[in-house]
Amino acid sequence: MSADPHLSGLSGTVVHDAIVPARAPWLHHVAAGQTLRIVDLEGNQAVDFLIYSAADDAERYSAQDTVAAQGNLFLRQGTVLRSNEGRPMMTIADTSVEYHDTIGGACSCESNTLRYGHHTKSEHACVENFLEANLTQGRGKRDIVSNINFFMNVPVEADGSLGIVDGISAPGLTVDLRAEMDVIVVVSNCPQINNPCNGFNPTPVRMIVTAA
Amino acid sequence: MTDVLANPLAARDHARAMAGTVVEAMPVLPPVADDLPEGVSPDDLVWEETIAPGGYATRRLTRGSRLRLIDLKGDACASLLVFNAEMPTERLNVADTVKVQWNAYLGAGKLLLSDMGRVLMSFLSDEAGTHDAFCGTSNAASNEAKYGAGANSGPYPNGRDRFLLGVAKHGLQRRDVHPCVNLFKGTRIEEDGTITPLVGPFAPCRSLVLRAEMDVIVVIANCPHVLDPRAEWSITPLRATAWRGHVTPADDPIRSATPEGLRAFENVEDYFRR
Repeated sequence: MSADPHLSGLSGTVVHDAIVPARAPWLHHVAAGQTLRIVDLEGNQAVDFLIYSAADDAERYSAQDTVAAQGNLFLRQGTVLRSNEGRPMMTIADTSVEYHDTIGGACSCESNTLRYGHHTKSEHACVENFLEANLTQGRGKRDIVSNINFFMNVPVEADGSLGIVDGISAPGLTVDLRAEMDVIVVVSNCPQINNPCNGFNPTPVRMIVTAA
Repeated sequence: MTDVLANPLAARDHARAMAGTVVEAMPVLPPVADDLPEGVSPDDLVWEETIAPGGYATRRLTRGSRLRLIDLKGDACASLLVFNAEMPTERLNVADTVKVQWNAYLGAGKLLLSDMGRVLMSFLSDEAGTHDAFCGTSNAASNEAKYGAGANSGPYPNGRDRFLLGVAKHGLQRRDVHPCVNLFKGTRIEEDGTITPLVGPFAPCRSLVLRAEMDVIVVIANCPHVLDPRAEWSITPLRATAWRGHVTPADDPIRSATPEGLRAFENVEDYFRR
């Protein structure tokens, strides 16, 4: 029996293991102390990511509180993902990709009309996934706030130039997130086909949750 | 003292005797401003208010209105939320604002974009050049850690709790306080992602003018920037003045400056096509 390379380095018991198809949403409760591993199965697949406190979903991930607290825009190993109340929600316990994005936001049908033109309005988008998943639990548009883009690369140049560029991820690379409180994770496996965030080809990702 | 105020009429007289008091931070009703730009009629003035250090203010502004902010003493920080007034589920989206404009920094000619692909406000002019779209504002925990207190009721209010009160005045809630932009206090992003705060203090009376491109609700908190390195809670008054103006015409240079921005204006015009 060959070992599953995607489980390498994980301790504890696997309590959930799912493949998120290309372009699809995913919602899962992760308890404090559990670890969520995301596997970029085929490489350069942006995973748009929201976090809500399970006890009070008006408390949610805040990109601004997260980057201000660490004084740096990029999410790296050790980054504490903070809420809009400034509290730790999850920690990047490990990652085989150097850094991840949290300033690039999530693609939407509406922003696609600005970035690419109105011919893209009917294409599927991350905000559609976020809405679909959140609506199953009573959250709506007001709850779609700042997000993380795992495996996505958004550099900022000296003159402020900023954009989504070719990824720095590769097949089989991972990020491990330790929950610091009971959280609801909402993911959009990004369907964008007009920029390099998914290598112009959205692919599946794997979600593995372990408990001690 | 209490003997004098022992009956309602005495209390009324005491309260009424305060009328006409002038302090530094207050609204002026009806609005008066002796420094309106050339060509702006005093009849079109709709708002004149000086926001206290640590204070906040909110206002509904009609499409075409101009909002001028002045950092009176060089140490104000205008943290700004913007909503579509008729449908507040549409609000400023900071990520789309920087991503769609392919640039991290705000300034003259830049747009504040909503999460519905529309432009909420545009920067008509900007003397400051030091703004910040990344850090958001302080919260109770960060002010407590830095200044020993952060409550609305205490000496060092935090930006988030100011926003909560501001949005509540429009029937909105905790989940409506979205990522903000900070005006007058800036940040520079280094190559490795390090955020360098640019908090001055600066020369007094730097100003900027925003144009409302939709009917908007603005909520402004004037609290120290969350990355202000000074140990002391340092903040000075902020002046807000607004006047009526024309809706952006088709030949407006900001409207047509970039293809992405033009489509944001076209989406606004489509929204008002009814």
